[in-house]
This record gives sequence, structure tokens and C-alpha cells, in this order.
Amino acid sequence: MENLETNCLNTWCPGCGNFGILTAIKKAVDSLLKQGIKKENIVLVSDIGCGSKLVDYLNLNSFDSLHGRSVATAVGIALANPDLKVIVSIGDGGALNEGIAHLIHAAKRNSNLTVLMHNNRLFALTAGQFTAVSPKGLKGKSTPAGAPEEPINPLALMLDAKASFIARGYSFKPEHLASLIEKAVKHQGFSFIEILQPCVSFFNPLQFYNERVYEIKETSREEARKLIEEWNYNGEGKIPLGVFYSEEREVYERINKRKGA
Amino acid sequence: MNQKDFSILIGGEAGQGSRKAGLIIAEMFNQLGYKVLIYDDYQSLIKGGHSFSLIRVSAKQVFSHCQKIDFLLALDKRTITEHQQSLNGMIIFNQDRVESSQGTGIAAETIVKECQGSLIMANTALIAGFAKIVGIEWSVLEEVLRREIKKEIAKNLEIAKKAFESESVLVKIKKLKNAHQLLLTGNEAVALGGVRAGLEMYYAYPMTPATGILHYLAEHSQDLNVCVSQLENEIAIINAALGSAYAGKRSMVGTSGGGFALMVEALSLAVQAEEPIVIVESQRPGPASGVPTYQAQGDLLFSLSAGHGDIVKFVVAPGDAEEAFYWTAKAMNLAWQYQTPVIVLIDKELSETTFSFNPQAIKIEKEEAGLWNKEGEYKRYFDVRDGISPLAFPGDKAIVKVTSYEHDELGRAVEDAKLIKKMQEKRKRKFKLMQKEAEKTQAINVLGKAKIALVCFGSVKGAVKETAKKLGLKMVQPLILQPFPEKQMKKALQGVEKIICVENNASGQLARLLSGYGIKVDENVLKYDGRPFFQEELEEEIKKIIYGKSRNKLS
Repeated sequence: MENLETNCLNTWCPGCGNFGILTAIKKAVDSLLKQGIKKENIVLVSDIGCGSKLVDYLNLNSFDSLHGRSVATAVGIALANPDLKVIVSIGDGGALNEGIAHLIHAAKRNSNLTVLMHNNRLFALTAGQFTAVSPKGLKGKSTPAGAPEEPINPLALMLDAKASFIARGYSFKPEHLASLIEKAVKHQGFSFIEILQPCVSFFNPLQFYNERVYEIKETSREEARKLIEEWNYNGEGKIPLGVFYSEEREVYERINKRKGA
Repeated sequence: MNQKDFSILIGGEAGQGSRKAGLIIAEMFNQLGYKVLIYDDYQSLIKGGHSFSLIRVSAKQVFSHCQKIDFLLALDKRTITEHQQSLNGMIIFNQDRVESSQGTGIAAETIVKECQGSLIMANTALIAGFAKIVGIEWSVLEEVLRREIKKEIAKNLEIAKKAFESESVLVKIKKLKNAHQLLLTGNEAVALGGVRAGLEMYYAYPMTPATGILHYLAEHSQDLNVCVSQLENEIAIINAALGSAYAGKRSMVGTSGGGFALMVEALSLAVQAEEPIVIVESQRPGPASGVPTYQAQGDLLFSLSAGHGDIVKFVVAPGDAEEAFYWTAKAMNLAWQYQTPVIVLIDKELSETTFSFNPQAIKIEKEEAGLWNKEGEYKRYFDVRDGISPLAFPGDKAIVKVTSYEHDELGRAVEDAKLIKKMQEKRKRKFKLMQKEAEKTQAINVLGKAKIALVCFGSVKGAVKETAKKLGLKMVQPLILQPFPEKQMKKALQGVEKIICVENNASGQLARLLSGYGIKVDENVLKYDGRPFFQEELEEEIKKIIYGKSRNKLS
């Protein structure tokens, strides 16, 4: 396996879901390299938060951007050099709170990049506040009486935003997640993977996830919607994992070039 | 007619095409060898209201607009009521809409109906009538119409011919020997200046008065080989542009004050990550949404101080189209040589005024950035003596890591006290070098020798230049505002006994900037009604200060 290690000290909490995600990315990158993708053409773009530290732990090109802006940064990288494989690591807070406009527009634009949304369902590095996907009633330091808002379903949002590849993985199934990441990177266009990731320090639904997750096969857009809505991000429903939906659509980089050249 | 400097105003409701008509009139005079300058005044609406173009034509290059009008061309009645008091000449009006006891009526809309044209073509009829009245030959008019009108040219020519033949020559404008020149707006000059220095990616979100750059580059993206993208908001724009710069492409964004405010977090990112970027900030009156389609220079101090953390960037402020071309190209070169954000601070007046433009007068080429020599391990933030680490890009045989966090030489986040200090000091060495660059560049325009100096920046230069010349005063115009060329400025003001600052803002921001360097401004002439300085009014103000009671003294 390709050595992608750096000598940076890993500062994640013991048992953090990010370890599984890091493992899955390494596996996926190793597989992609074996298939002939050049290492120098892989670019990681990260946001702000625990998960975004992974750029320091991987010896790959990287741009550690601002909170919520990593998707916009990635849009510019992909447009500037279509040979690059651009992979964004962003948290649920960055993707759905601070930077939700960028996520929606990158999806509808079909920018050729992959977004890995590390979904621990709260702000962890700021010590536990609710995000757009926190279950209603989540108690945190900013909402001692419980989060007052309903959670967003990010996959339904991505389906409506015309994302051309939509999947969900689980940090405690790194093999399965690695195969999703590999497919997503190879997909031409905008790919989105939500990665469920328990937070051992502030919100740990490990058992809840383990009891409910199951793997699915890729399906039609209509079926995808049903599966995406099976779990309501509060306490109800089983949790399907896998590729829900993908389609071939002309990528933004090509459309932009055609209109220009 | 022997006069060789006069002004033509054509006005009407938005949607009547007075702006296009203004450009066509300017092109006719351009064809006759006159230098032109067009001021476009329009409201933030699409139909109705009142908009006008004021075209100054002259045998010699002109730099500012005049209030006095020699020919008033009225597509509607309001044009006459609004501008009659400035008229010292002839009215030519659309007699289907306007009743006037003086001047010459043209049955513009009747002609359009007879030719079964659309109502907007009344502007063609009015221009054609005007051309005949001032003795411009049909061939000149026809050539300009064919070049400027893309839609339904045959119909427009038919209308023009009819209107042209319905009038008779009343005065004869002299043909001059000057060659035909390119006419460009400041926005177009900015776009072309960027291209001269290798612009490859332009990102924007529409915002007046910078939108013209987006439109121009989008229209010509193929010829100019620039990738043009409109994204979801200004925050996306600048972050995407920084992504493109990281990937090795020369990138630029354009906006006005409000959009620039949204970009400021990423401006700070550009400094931390050391990514090159050119930001065009075309000012309009604020605060907040202010007055979108009018003129101001109220973002000077904001642009100088923008960005959290310890930051130095370049801020350059061209004053006319040729300077806009040169300084945008220069900005791009500086951005890449110093791996830094550069702000090109312009304003509505410069963005949207149309100038006679001489490309031969501009000597600047693309300059290359310092690249990695491809030997050994690549360190994006290699701690070199001058603070400017060699560049490499993804795709090169290197690992290129950049970050918004404080970092080590490899571009990985750090919290260690020694490493933080080391990187702050690396940037400080670069900032010092940028200061030297500002001092060694010709960063200040100085014209004339006198004990009284008019100091200004940006488009105000036009009115100041003409006024200084007329009154025998000195003009001093800083072109680089950060890092401030203090030595050059003090040299430029040597022997000056009275400094008068002329600014299009309400608080005298340039004067405040100068005071920070111990330069005491004696008088401040401020205009903050959304309009540019007209030459005559500035002359009056300066005369009052010099010969009469002084006003607006800045404490």
C-alpha cells in the first residue's frame, strides 16, 4: 500500500469516527493510484473542524480552506485544471450551516469534484453546539434546553440540488466507505457522500447507527428518494448505506470551456 | 464652427437607448479626429426615469466632463427640463414627444413608424438628424451605425437616412487630422489590462459598477482566452479564484464595496496561504447599498485596512482608462511576484466613463513568478531570506500544501510558539520587500510646479488635472496607496506650501491617510452627491480657496 503518512501528530480523540474515514480515504487513494491516477493529480480540500485536520495526516496536495468555503475553493481548483481529482473533506457545520449555498450550487453546477461530508451531527471542535443536522432537542452548550430546530436531510437536499452522485457511508464500515469514495472520485461530475460519524466526546449514537444501518444497491431517482427519506435524522427509521443515485451529466468544466473556447 | 471643444448631451427614459446613442455620437466625432469622453448617468431601474450621456469632444485629449452643454438632444421632455439651465447652444428634440419653442424638432417616432421599426429606433433618427444639422457626412454616420448596431441594421439605416434627409445643415463641424482612436470604458481597460498580464480566470457576481468587466470578458472570453464564471455569491467568487490560483492560473475577481466586504475573510486567507489574486473594487456611494449607479470614493480606508490579522497587501488606484489598463496588468504581475492579494481600487466614474484610448502609450508585459526549481523536497513555505517561497502547483512532481492556518514550511497547521513567530517574520520580510517595490515603482503622478498642490486619487484625477493646468497649480496623484510610497509622496510635495485634497467622499479619506504619514492637508474639497467633479465647478471651488474665503478646512 502506498505510504501516505506524514509525521504530524494526530490530535483526534481516541475512538473518533475520523480514524475510520482516514483509513477509508487511504484505501481509496491507494486503489486509485493502482488504477493509474497520478498522485500529483490528487488534491484534498478541507474545511474547518476535526475532520478537516486530515490534510495534515495525508501526504497529498491539499488546500485547507476557510470554514464553509472549501467547496467553493474546490470549484475553482477543478475548473482551473480538469486533470485534477479534487476531494473535499467538510463537516456538517461547514457544508450545511456556514457554506450551504456553495454546496447546493456546486451540485447544480455539476462541478467535477467529490464532497465527503463528515457528519457527526454537531460542531465538535468548538465543543458541542447544534448544526443543521443535529436531532431536534440535542442538548449542547449553546442550547441547554435542547436544539430548537428540525434537522435538514442533506441527501434529500442534494437530490433536489441535482447532485449527480449521492451516497451515504459509515465511519465504522471503512471498507464499504472506501469503495464508495473510489466510485465517487471516478464519477464524472459532482459526487456527494454523507459519512455518518459518531463523536465520542459530544454525541455518540454508535449503538443507534449499528442497529439501523444496512447496505443498499444503486437505484432509480424515485426509489432513491424513498430510501433517502427512510431515516428522518431524528430517532425514526432504518439507515440505508451505499450509492443511492448517480447519473451521467455534462460537467461544468466542459460547459464553461465550450462556451468560452 | 471653429470651436474645438464642446459637449453634447443626449437624454431620455431608460429603455430609449440614450446610452447607445451617446456612444454612436462619440464614435462619429472619433471618426472626425476628435478625442472623446462620455459620462453615463443612469438610475437603478430598467424602464422609465431619466438617463443621459454627456459626450465631451475635443481636438485635444480631455480628462473631465463639463457642465456647459453645446448641443442638447432630447428623446423626451424631461431631458429639456433637467438640462436646459446648462445649455449654451442648440436643442434638437424628438418632436413626437416633446414640444419646444426653441431648437429643431425631428419627427423621430413618426419616421420609425413609417419605416415599421421598433420604438427604440427613434434614437437612431435623432442621431441622424443631429448629424445632418452639424454637417457630418452621411458616409461617416453610416460607417459608425454599421459598426455599432448589430440588430436590424438595415432598418436602422433606413430610419437614419430618412431623418438625415429631413434636416438641413445649420453648423459645420470641422474635420480634424487626428487618427481614429479606440474608445474604451474603464471597465474594459481593466479587463484588457488583466489579459495583458496573463489573466486566465475571471470570477464575478453581478454588482454595479463592476459588472461591465464581467460582461466584457464573458462576451470576448473566446478571443481573449479567459475562463469566465458567475458563481453563487462574492464569497464563492473569491474562494474559487484562490482555488484556481493554487492550481496555477492567474485569477481575478471584480465587485463593488458591498461585494468586497463579503470577500474580506478570503482576502485574509490569500495573505496567510500566500495565494496571488487581483481584486477589482469599483466604488459607488455607500454606506450599505448606497446609490448603486452613481459615483463615490468612500472605500479607500476600508480597502486599505481590510483583512483580519497582520496584513499588508498592494492597493493600486488608477485614474483613467490607460492607467486602468496599466495598473491592472501591474497588479497581476505584483500578485504573482509577491504571492499576495492586490486590490485595484477604481470607482463608478472610471468604470463606466468611455475614454479615447491609446494602446501604444502603455508599456507593460506579463512578468513571470518565481517557480520551484524541481530539486529536492518541495516546501510550499520554504523559509527563504526575502520571504517569497518558490511556487509549485498540483500536477507538478511535488506535494503542494496550502492552508488558512498558521503553518510550517510544508504547509501543515502549527501551534508551536517558535513556528508561529517564524512564519509571521517570513511574511514581515515579504511585506518589507513590497514596501520597497512601492517606493522603487513610479507610484505617484506629478504634474506642474507650484506652491499649491491639488492631491487626489482615482478618477478625480481628470478634473484635477485640467483645473491644475488652467490655474497653474501642481497635481499630485498617488497610484499605489498600499504599501504607501511615503518617500515619493514627500518628495512630490517638497516646496509645496498649500495642499488641497480633492476627493469624491464625505470624510476626506485620502487626507486622513496622508495625515498618518505626517502630511498635513490644508484644505479639503469634497463632493459626495453621487456625481463626479465637473471641471468648471472644481475650478470655482479651488479659486474660492485660493482667492477667497477658505471652506471645508479639515481639522
